[in-house]
Amino acid sequence: MIASLSLILLCQLAGEIFVRGFALPVPGPVVGMLLLVVLLLARDRFAFLALGPLRGGGVEAGAKGLLAHLSLLFVPAGVGVVQKLDLLAEHGLVIAAVLAISVVITLLATVATFLVVGRLMARKRATP
Amino acid sequence: MTPNPFSLWVYLSQTPLLWLTVTLLVYATVDALSLATGRHPFANPVFHSMWIIAAFLLLTGTSYTTYFGGAQFVHFLLGPATVALAVPLYENRKIVAAAIVPMLVALVVGCAAAIVSVVLLAQAFGLPHGLVLSLAPKSVTAGVAMGISESLGADASLTAVAVVLTGIMGAIIVTPLMNRMGITDYRARGFAVGLASHGIGTARAFQVDAVAGVFAGIAMSLNALVTSLLVPLAVTLLVRG
Repeated sequence: MIASLSLILLCQLAGEIFVRGFALPVPGPVVGMLLLVVLLLARDRFAFLALGPLRGGGVEAGAKGLLAHLSLLFVPAGVGVVQKLDLLAEHGLVIAAVLAISVVITLLATVATFLVVGRLMARKRATP
Repeated sequence: MTPNPFSLWVYLSQTPLLWLTVTLLVYATVDALSLATGRHPFANPVFHSMWIIAAFLLLTGTSYTTYFGGAQFVHFLLGPATVALAVPLYENRKIVAAAIVPMLVALVVGCAAAIVSVVLLAQAFGLPHGLVLSLAPKSVTAGVAMGISESLGADASLTAVAVVLTGIMGAIIVTPLMNRMGITDYRARGFAVGLASHGIGTARAFQVDAVAGVFAGIAMSLNALVTSLLVPLAVTLLVRG
């Protein structure tokens, strides 16, 4: 557990250093995630890398433990709403309406694009 | 012998211990209730934890800064949780690789739809300039959105609230909306909710279907990247000074 968490933090740390070092407009944890994927793939190819949390599903179990309660991690930021009550009293309804409509538009645009492109690709493959 | 209950409260209400305990206890209770409803969309654990804790802070006159002293330990884990998405991505790499083209096209279209729609709607409803900027990055995960907001000179703490509200709304709407539209491809459903509603949408997707969860996680990570690039561009093109 501790070894898995250390590996995850180490990937995040490396991601932060990389992003800051090259002044990239990318979040450090996203680079850390890519790094961990590369590590997992490399472990399958090179047996000597299969040690510590990379052996026997250690880091896999640790990561799943973290992801099982992903919702919880957003609660502290959400409670920040108490700092914005005067603003929400003034504009709350409009903000809620804007966000709700935008979310529906985003969901529909994304799902439609995914399905249409997927179908076009399948048709192309069927008729070469 | 018996300590004055008021002085005990004054002591405890300033410690991280109390607020960390309150956060976990409220979430654990709400999550158990959500499970008992069979994960009904309206039994969203983030939404109910949020208003219960916020009401408790207001009733006890506790500042958010004091609360965050305890809750920061939970908030910190957002970063490691993003890294942890590597594991479902790695385990499902074959189905992900097979859908790489639809994913990338949907990523760009969806990201643009998220930013353009919120900026245009906010302006059409006559919201002030500073608010429009604060809402623009609302579809990406909290840490990233706050960074974008700061770089635009907008109100980052308002952005954080907009991010969480967007997440909750998407998580509540997605299941009934997709069912009504008759969409049964869980890759597409997951990808859409991860893109529109970041981690809260991803958490919802994992509750519904494991494949949906994986695609939501990928959409959330990729969208963090694309939104960081597109928001400054959209603001230059669309926002009237």
